[in-house]
Amino acid sequence: MSWFADLLGPWRGFTVTFRQIFKPKVTTQYPKKKRVKPQRFHGRHVLNRYPDGMEKCIGCELCAGVCPARCIYVRGADNPPDDPVSPGERFGFVYEINMLRCIFCAMCVEACPTEAITMTHLFEMSVVDREEGIFDKDSLLVEPDGTPNHPLPTTPLINIQELKLGDGWMRATSPSGRAAFEGIEAWTPSARMGGLAPAEPGQGSSQPPAPSPQPEEPDPEPEVAEEPS
Amino acid sequence: MEDFIVAAVKVLVAFAFLLVTVMLLIWAERRIVAFMQNRLGPNRAGPIGILQTLADGVKLMFKESMTPDRADVFLYLAAPVMALIPAFLIFLVIPVGAPITVGDTTYTLQVTDLNVGVLYILAMSSVAVYAITFAGWSSGSKYPLLGSVRASAQMISYEAAMGLALVPVIMFNGSASLAEIVDAQGATYFGWVPAWNIVLIPSFIVFLIAAFAETNRAPFDLVEAEQEIVGGFHTEYSGLRFALFFLAEYINMFNMAALTVTLFLGGWQGPVFGPTFLVWILPVFWFLLKTFLVIFFFIWVRGTLPRMRYDQLMAFGWKRLIPVSLAWIILSMVAVGVRRFGLPWA
Repeated sequence: MSWFADLLGPWRGFTVTFRQIFKPKVTTQYPKKKRVKPQRFHGRHVLNRYPDGMEKCIGCELCAGVCPARCIYVRGADNPPDDPVSPGERFGFVYEINMLRCIFCAMCVEACPTEAITMTHLFEMSVVDREEGIFDKDSLLVEPDGTPNHPLPTTPLINIQELKLGDGWMRATSPSGRAAFEGIEAWTPSARMGGLAPAEPGQGSSQPPAPSPQPEEPDPEPEVAEEPS
Repeated sequence: MEDFIVAAVKVLVAFAFLLVTVMLLIWAERRIVAFMQNRLGPNRAGPIGILQTLADGVKLMFKESMTPDRADVFLYLAAPVMALIPAFLIFLVIPVGAPITVGDTTYTLQVTDLNVGVLYILAMSSVAVYAITFAGWSSGSKYPLLGSVRASAQMISYEAAMGLALVPVIMFNGSASLAEIVDAQGATYFGWVPAWNIVLIPSFIVFLIAAFAETNRAPFDLVEAEQEIVGGFHTEYSGLRFALFFLAEYINMFNMAALTVTLFLGGWQGPVFGPTFLVWILPVFWFLLKTFLVIFFFIWVRGTLPRMRYDQLMAFGWKRLIPVSLAWIILSMVAVGVRRFGLPWA
């Protein structure tokens, strides 16, 4: 009966498409349900604060210098001695990102010496006017409680616990926040994750992958952002 | 005067029926193809997205209808209308239900019954080729021209196969009027097998394949192959004029499905029972059910088969379909002759 099977062969594709009708669908109904973003998702930028409310940005303009799309505009100014904005000598007086030009490469995050600018998982940035595409410091800077100034977050995508962890640069280089970490250097993928996952095996290191780093403070549970539908 | 009113009502009902059906048809096609691809398809406008086509239509109405600088303006403006008119005209001769008798007057559920109905349908679908050819030619642009060249070659060669496939049907039923063809299919073999023309299997298959080519649907959608020639003949059309082409295309699809049902699957024939109103409704229901099944097959094929290459298309049409149809005509001529006059040696 092989000739019969040969005859039917070309028609078996029809059974494939017919079967698919009853299979579960892969579509996520976006406005109602939002998918959990990958850990290293490059979303909207925020300007972070120290736990005491001071701004992290020191107005060094390294982010503006490294930006391949030339979409960041920073002007620093001296801190007023009686009411300092940031812990250092200078602070970011003007900070603007043109989100219409930004390519979300996160090189500004890499360049920032104080981890003032990081990327979140916020992605809903539509505007009705080109002027609104330029995010100024008011909208970029997080609130003192760590929530970003964003129109739509229904859950705080930035974890205040994460801001209380170790120094930003140390966290950027050692995910556990401990200086003894011997893993692979990386930078924080997003402020809300509160530390990195263990390095993946063979991730550009001659050393074997480090054991899972122990957080010194109770590591905030990486909140899964499956929003209520 | 009463005839006039009846005719006017029929025309209006047919017009509204086609528009509503096509609206649902476009939505159904998008949903079914989406389901075959593990997607959900349009489901936002209205319950389960059923008003999606309406929303699209409103959108297209408010879009700018552009005319290219190099267009031949008269033909360019006339082509969408020329595409739509034959599509509506074909539907007029299709019987959608059994004749209804009220008092001593009988109303046929068919706008008009032509005794050359099959020929009329072939003629109208030939006229539709002009619209596509003119649309491509008058756009003054290269992709539409390529599309219209493909369209004229494809539709003319498959129209030949389609016409030849219908000859045995006419011989078998002894009439070219669609109402009479459906009536003839009301008989049964052995008292229970419906005597539908699908017993003319080669005719049925050739007609179905040619119907795909006539409606420019996958796997014969080279005329409007988006990936190759950017939509073919309607590349330069936008707004309401594009909507007219779209409408014509889907009306043609519905017409071809309805024709397949009428000519081969027994039309509105089916079990009829119950009180009077059920006797009136059921034939229409059977007709629509069968038509929907054929349309589902059309969509199923679109979701399954890839597009053919152009030389394959022409070779298949001229070297396979037409010889098969000719051989089948000769066979059925013999069969019909034997049935009428008996065996030559008897």
